[in-house]
Amino acid sequence: MDNILSVLIFFPAIAGLLGFVVDKKSARAYGITVAAIEFLLSLWLWFSFDTGNAGMQFVEMIPLIPDFGVNYYLGVDGISLFIILMTTLMTLIGMVSMSIEKDVKNMIITLLFLEMTMVGVFVALDAIVFYLFWELSLVPMLYIVGAWGGPLRVYAAIKFFLYTFMGSLVMLVGMLFVAYVYHSLTGVWSFAITDWYALVLPVNYQLWLFAAFFLGFAIKVPMFPFHTWLPYAHGQAPTIGSVILAAVLLKMGTYGFVRFSLPMFPDASVMMITPIAVLSIIMIIYTAMVAYAQKDMKQVIAYSSVSHMGIIMIGIFAMNSEGIGGSVFQMLSHGIVSGALFMLVGIIYDRRHTKLMSEFGGLAAVMPKYAVIFGIMLMASVGLPLTIGFVGEFLVLLGFYEISPVMTILAGTSIILGAVYMLSVFKKSFFGPVTKEENKNLKDLTAKETWSLVPLVAIVIWLGVYPKPVLDPINKSVNAMLVFMEEKAITAEAKDIIKVPQSATTVGEVK
Amino acid sequence: MFEPIKVSLESLNLVTLAPMLIAIAGGLVILVLDLINSKLHKSLYVMLTILLLVVDFGATIGLNVNERGFFDVMLIDGISIISQLLIIVASILFTPLALTSKRFHEYSYPEFFALFLFMVAGFQFMVASDNLILIFVGLETASLSLYTLIALHNRSNSYEAAVKYFTMGALAAGFFAMGAAVVYALTGSIELYQVAQVLSARLGETGIMAAIFGSSVLLMVTLAFKLSLFPFHTWAPDVYEGASAPLAGYMAIVPKIAAFVVAIRIFGMYLDLGIEWVRVMILILAIVTMTLANVMALVQEDVKRMLAYSSISHAGFIMAALALDTTEGTTSIFLYYALFMFTNLGAFAMLWISRHKVRRFDARYDHPFSKFAGLVQIMPMGAVIMALFMLSLAGVPPFSVFWGKIYVMQAAVNAGYVWLAIVMGLNAAIAAYYYLKLVVYMFLKDPVKDVDTVYYNLSKPLMVVIGFAAVTTIAAIFYVQPLVSYLYYMISASGY
Repeated sequence: MDNILSVLIFFPAIAGLLGFVVDKKSARAYGITVAAIEFLLSLWLWFSFDTGNAGMQFVEMIPLIPDFGVNYYLGVDGISLFIILMTTLMTLIGMVSMSIEKDVKNMIITLLFLEMTMVGVFVALDAIVFYLFWELSLVPMLYIVGAWGGPLRVYAAIKFFLYTFMGSLVMLVGMLFVAYVYHSLTGVWSFAITDWYALVLPVNYQLWLFAAFFLGFAIKVPMFPFHTWLPYAHGQAPTIGSVILAAVLLKMGTYGFVRFSLPMFPDASVMMITPIAVLSIIMIIYTAMVAYAQKDMKQVIAYSSVSHMGIIMIGIFAMNSEGIGGSVFQMLSHGIVSGALFMLVGIIYDRRHTKLMSEFGGLAAVMPKYAVIFGIMLMASVGLPLTIGFVGEFLVLLGFYEISPVMTILAGTSIILGAVYMLSVFKKSFFGPVTKEENKNLKDLTAKETWSLVPLVAIVIWLGVYPKPVLDPINKSVNAMLVFMEEKAITAEAKDIIKVPQSATTVGEVK
Repeated sequence: MFEPIKVSLESLNLVTLAPMLIAIAGGLVILVLDLINSKLHKSLYVMLTILLLVVDFGATIGLNVNERGFFDVMLIDGISIISQLLIIVASILFTPLALTSKRFHEYSYPEFFALFLFMVAGFQFMVASDNLILIFVGLETASLSLYTLIALHNRSNSYEAAVKYFTMGALAAGFFAMGAAVVYALTGSIELYQVAQVLSARLGETGIMAAIFGSSVLLMVTLAFKLSLFPFHTWAPDVYEGASAPLAGYMAIVPKIAAFVVAIRIFGMYLDLGIEWVRVMILILAIVTMTLANVMALVQEDVKRMLAYSSISHAGFIMAALALDTTEGTTSIFLYYALFMFTNLGAFAMLWISRHKVRRFDARYDHPFSKFAGLVQIMPMGAVIMALFMLSLAGVPPFSVFWGKIYVMQAAVNAGYVWLAIVMGLNAAIAAYYYLKLVVYMFLKDPVKDVDTVYYNLSKPLMVVIGFAAVTTIAAIFYVQPLVSYLYYMISASGY
């Protein structure tokens, strides 16, 4: 099946359309079935993926607006493959664990459309198609936050939409400018990213374009100081909204850096290492401190999620195989772990209708299974060895050490700070005597909740112990990208800093 | 002793006049029909109007590019053909909106349809000439009919709107006459192609710049009135509010297309002569218009007024393309209107179907945002379609207006105005707020239990029009390519 990528994009969308016909009571089962089929399709994609090939696979190209250079152009490589898998997995698990009672059918349909746009973003190889899915993904999320959220939901939803929309419009101007430069050099209009890769731009162009793309991606990540929309969105969003937002939507930003900024503007990226690293370190330390100060459990997870995005950012700008490969791996780990943590917070919220830690205490005695899973996810989030969180964080720090040891140490505080606030959450909520009367009779995990969390626990441990099957294809594509960035770079500093591994195979076996 | 005028019929090239004559003759036929039998139902007139417009469309599309006719007064070049086609298509879409399930005063008169056809003919004259007098005649024919059409809505605020529009329009007409007079005094001609020749020969003379300045300011004032550009935009929200919803949607498109064609002819000429301050003037007007109208739209409490400000802002957005003076820039003007047309008419048609059962004499607004609160629970399909139009207007891909926006921005980038593209992008982000506001009201709020419920003025023909508008909005990605290549071909063929 050569057109599996189109199938992956449009299957959920068509299912969403047909979903209007499905009866309200069966909507949930329908959604889960569709998401499961989609997940199986993405597994099929993984199995038919040629791990020996670093380039784009399953490429599809249909001209849409030839006069303007817009093509329906899709493809997948090692970098995007696992993000797609994570997207379909988290959508499936999010749907299984969903506890929403109100308008379930609308929620299912919205989620299916959201899945289409998310997969679309990660497989698009044409800038306009990418932009199209990127913008379209805002609409379902706006609806999810705005319709099922907390008391401030409308404010949070609009803030989320406008923030991201503004950033991406500046990015769009950047895209149009790249297309213009491409046209003036070759005489052909093209928005294909692979064509743009071949473009060697002067340094001042690179800097301006880097800035334009940066605004679009950084708001989505969200980087300090553009992160203010995220705590609102998380605070007000329903559990499923937070899960998808943290697991997938934020990854669009970091994926954008890997897919666009680095290969297209290698010199500008190298010049921007220090400013971005400084912002990322502020983001890591500052949001970790903010997380410690929170009283609301979900806000702690939200700020910790921002803090860990800082690690991903710093890894991307390490400009070597460990750093970038580690970041891509960390994207997966962050998606699974923070998604699971949001689900866990949602579970306790469903029982107690509060997320304040002062309301809990001694939950470990009442809900042992819950406490165990929470503990594992928490350790993974902190980056304990043998969990998924360790692999990515370690590789990122290892990679960035070559750029600047001092900054690496500062970024490494994320592990310590993470442990501080996470363990304090765990202590306040799970240990000690059961103080509140309401907490004494809480039910432990139901079968539905257990079955949605256990696979995630399994993945967390499996990839923590043996990350090779995932890391290898990622590193292969990352190495190919680095080779090509190094060739393309014009300034001496950039050529110096971009580290091309001598042998592309050794790096996958760091562990 | 004057010599008898000898003109051969062939040199008149009367076929260039055919489209307008069809519309005018059609209007007369409608009047005659009413004279013979005054009890005919409005549906007959609606269908007749559509048929006449279809014939008009056929006659226009068959014209040859770059011909002159009728004593060289008529100019059939690429932009005159495509603008006529756009005008006719918008008119065809507008006409069936008369077939509402409720009875409305204006449609009970056949004169409405006759005036409508005269107006179309007026706009066609306006775009199919580079003779300042014929442009003026076309402008006045169309405007006078339009004033009357607004007033026919028979509400106190429609009279207000019509009178306001009339006064402003009369003032603008005065400025046009004065501007044309200055051009004539300067060059001894009112044919723009001759004006251009004379001016380019005399551009070095002292004092000529002052005279050009006078003429272009006067003409710019006129067109700014018609295009509702800052600072001459203040009439627009009141007039849109007073006019019936479909007519307001129509006014946001057709008169502006016609005025843009005139602006391209006049100011494109000045730009070609290398007069740079004209470009600066257009850019300033465009940027102030789009920004100010966006900010004003943010604070509106009435959906119709919000849409009025939004269409002012869209006009400012496209005005910026005029300053580029490239083939792509000119193409983008028409592409934008071709795509904007369906979405905008659709949005106004959605207002048209949601009316109050009882007239509200005490309320300030006819379409407050609260009226749409929770529409998704009352009328899910309607809410989804309206949201689609709003997202399209906001420039969310892949809906139609996005492709217009991206083409305008690409044209700006190509002409070296990257900052202009960024200003456009930021304006689109501001605009997203007020479009979203309506979406939020429809989807995220609960219906207001008001004393008088909202009555839905829906009928099959309206559903067809709205459905068509929705399909063209969604499926834009599939027809942008042929549209762009046709427009680009026509415009480059006529040398713009």
